[in-house]
Amino acid sequence: MKPILRKLTRDLPAMLGLGIVLVVLLIAILGPLLAPYPGDAAASHLARRLKPPSADFFFGTDNLGRDIFSRVILGARGALAIALTVVSVAMLIGVPLGLIAGFRSGWLSETIMRVTDVVLAIPQLVLALALAQLMSPSLESAMLALSLTYWPFFTRIVYAETRRLSSSLFVDALRGVGAGPGRIVFLHILPNALSPVIVRATIGLGFTILVAAVLGFLGMGATPPAPDWGLTIAESRTYLPRAWWYATFPGLAILITVMGFNLLGDGLRDLVDPRIRRSR
Amino acid sequence: MNAPAILRLHEVSVQLGGSKGFLRKTVPPVQAVRKVSLELQEGEILSLVGESGCGKTTLGRTILGLQRESAGEILLDGRPVGGLSPEAARRARKVIQYVHQDAGAALDPWWSIGRTLEEGLKIHGVGDLDERRERVAAMLSAVGLEPAWGRRYPHEFSGGQLRRVALARILLLQPRIVVLDEPTSGLDMSVQATVLNLLLDLRERFSLTYLFISHDLSVVERLSDRVAIMYLGRIVETGPAKAVFAAPTHPYTRTLLAAAPRLRGRRVTEHVAVRGDPPSATSVAPGCAFADRCPIAEAACSTEVPQLASITAGHEVACLRASVEQTASFRARRRA
Amino acid sequence: MMPLLSVRGLKVSIRTDEGIAQVLDDVGLELERGRILGVVGESGCGKSTLIRAIMGILPKGARVEKGEIWFEGENLLVFSEDELNRDVRSSRVGFIPQDPLLALNPVFKVGSQLLEVMRWHAPDDGSRGGERRKRHVGRLVGLLRRMQVPDPETALERYPHQFSGGQRQRLLIAAALACAPRLVIADEPTTALDVTTQHQILLLLRELVGEFGISLLFVTHDFGVVAELCDDLCVIYAGQTVEAGAVLPILDAPAHPYTRALLACHPDRATSFTGIPGSVPSPLKPPPGCRFAPRCADVRAVCSAGQPPQGRSATGAEVRCVQYA
Repeated sequence: MKPILRKLTRDLPAMLGLGIVLVVLLIAILGPLLAPYPGDAAASHLARRLKPPSADFFFGTDNLGRDIFSRVILGARGALAIALTVVSVAMLIGVPLGLIAGFRSGWLSETIMRVTDVVLAIPQLVLALALAQLMSPSLESAMLALSLTYWPFFTRIVYAETRRLSSSLFVDALRGVGAGPGRIVFLHILPNALSPVIVRATIGLGFTILVAAVLGFLGMGATPPAPDWGLTIAESRTYLPRAWWYATFPGLAILITVMGFNLLGDGLRDLVDPRIRRSR
Repeated sequence: MNAPAILRLHEVSVQLGGSKGFLRKTVPPVQAVRKVSLELQEGEILSLVGESGCGKTTLGRTILGLQRESAGEILLDGRPVGGLSPEAARRARKVIQYVHQDAGAALDPWWSIGRTLEEGLKIHGVGDLDERRERVAAMLSAVGLEPAWGRRYPHEFSGGQLRRVALARILLLQPRIVVLDEPTSGLDMSVQATVLNLLLDLRERFSLTYLFISHDLSVVERLSDRVAIMYLGRIVETGPAKAVFAAPTHPYTRTLLAAAPRLRGRRVTEHVAVRGDPPSATSVAPGCAFADRCPIAEAACSTEVPQLASITAGHEVACLRASVEQTASFRARRRA
Repeated sequence: MMPLLSVRGLKVSIRTDEGIAQVLDDVGLELERGRILGVVGESGCGKSTLIRAIMGILPKGARVEKGEIWFEGENLLVFSEDELNRDVRSSRVGFIPQDPLLALNPVFKVGSQLLEVMRWHAPDDGSRGGERRKRHVGRLVGLLRRMQVPDPETALERYPHQFSGGQRQRLLIAAALACAPRLVIADEPTTALDVTTQHQILLLLRELVGEFGISLLFVTHDFGVVAELCDDLCVIYAGQTVEAGAVLPILDAPAHPYTRALLACHPDRATSFTGIPGSVPSPLKPPPGCRFAPRCADVRAVCSAGQPPQGRSATGAEVRCVQYA
């Protein structure tokens, strides 16, 4: 563990990413405590609508007079919640499927992988829009749509790793010692296959936030008056370019958060790959 | 034969690979092992010698059970244990264990070696955690490692130490036959010596029988009781190590022994009369597999498959042209 | 006659995560023209670093602290990277790597890879363009035929995976000889090969030395190969040359305690398998005095005090041991 952490600390972009992620996490957790106007999640103060950034309102106010700074902070919670839920559900579906498909070849394996291929071909946004039409547009339908389209990425990775590991020498040695398939898959292959999964999950968190923001922008995700970043940008459209602060700050929040996850994910990938692929 | 053989193979053949069915290209299977018969006496060291493609590794895995034979009988202590799936075979042949050539790659990199060693015991029903820990610690000492090192991970050990770990792992399962795949390859000379010493010591202590798979003729000559030379899936010569090395009869054995670099101060100026590279098992001509490279092949060699026949006690050769005269003439040349 | 290659007092350190490792500490060797020098040592002794130093491809954290590498009267250590590429590599010093499969790019035809070597390094004979290429192809085909690669004309059009291990190694030997170098360095070129194939390659190398007038620096850990192929021997332990001289006299009567102990481990000579007690000292913390002292059977008090002097054994070999000073 220790040499891995030491190596990570030397990777500056990754450390930057880690820093950003931790800050966003902190903001999400402490949200209402950090926001100067926590009530602005719902309230409206028409008297101070569309004010530019100032000492009282760091990011200015929106069309209902709400402090954008507070709403950006509060929106972090929603963003992370979506991201974590979607990625967790996708992993819960995708990882076991990948293990099953990769361990023993046969019709089950083929079927799983072909279904995976089909789902991968469906664009996330299109599915989300379709689902939003079927159910009513809401955060829940967005999360469902995203989970249902993200699990194949995990299946692919776990399938490839499981196949590689199944024919590896130490699994062969385990069979020699008498280990059964259950033990081999869950105690040995799974821990070894997890590293690329974690990398993908980290990057997936960032990606999901971005897509969720797009859905929010399209009105297919969070509904007003939620302080969702994407929704805020959508609401800001009619007031641009005069009220430039309205869209800029939520947009920056999305940018920085997604970038943070990507940098961290890249750093993790650099750590994971050479360590595992390193030959003696 | 006085003592009954602990392991007997009778005309065992193994086919590898081959896939068919829709959505997949049809690839014909490869005959990796062809009608091999051999006996392993309790307590001896038998070496399987050959070059790449000869089938020695496949034969080793077949004996272990991870590879299923396509024909022939396998008898353990006289009981038939053949024709089983890999899982069933491993259960039936629990007393046969295998040490890989790359000992480090045979260990899960995310598990400490202590945990890996304990796992074998757990699988075979040694329930009590304390008892497992004790046995693991004792075995680590027995192979020359510190018991405290059980907490370390494979990448923290050297090649020689990993071999000891691999030995400890299988010895905990109380085997009687140990198949060792290239036990000295990749090791420094001094480390090799200690590993060989350890193997001999363990054989004494745990009453083991060894099946070496090796191409290092120096090691094979020093350590083995008997050897079996393999070529393209067949045993072409077998017998007591002393006899085979003193009077190699099969042309391939002679080629092999002459080509091996030995510490005898002989210079590499003599052409060892064999043409071409070691063959692949995918396409084999009828008759003797060695015929196309053999310096003394005659017409019959390409049509008839030679069988193992005795030339002296225990020393068998599969060659149509083997004869006592040839052996004698080779002895005469060596003395000169 | 001046030796073709002469390494003197080479000291190389490498910066690692755990500190500065003194990988080579006073290594020396001499390779005469037309002879084969075997460089023998166990893992960690520094022989790969030595080879890399000669070819100028030391890793990033490495520093040459002292020493000279004299090749045909010039000190290679003062050459710049450009000069090494232009004047030395491939054209005057050829290299045969250990694993032919790893040394060849699997997605390019063999011919294009070998021709690339010639394009960059072959001596200028006045021809240009298509004419030059034709000459190179001709030379390569001739070399491949000499290496007994089957169908040399079509061989250039094939991919690396279409050759067997032994054939690939022959391809690499041809590549090493393509520009007619005077020195060829072979890094354990036969370790990955079968016994009979290895024998053929060793025989080929022996013949090529005579035929092409090259000198061969052969790195190996296999004493059997050294006994059969090499004319001279250089034994390296913990970054130092401990014994060097003609090969057969050293094998018959090894002088340095390490050489003796190592040869005693060989299955062809061992009376019992005891190995050498102790372990190789870490290059991060080299012991004061003789590096082999902690494991030496003939150790005396003076051995740990300072570096042992160079002496000569009865057979004329240079030995780094106080017993022969």
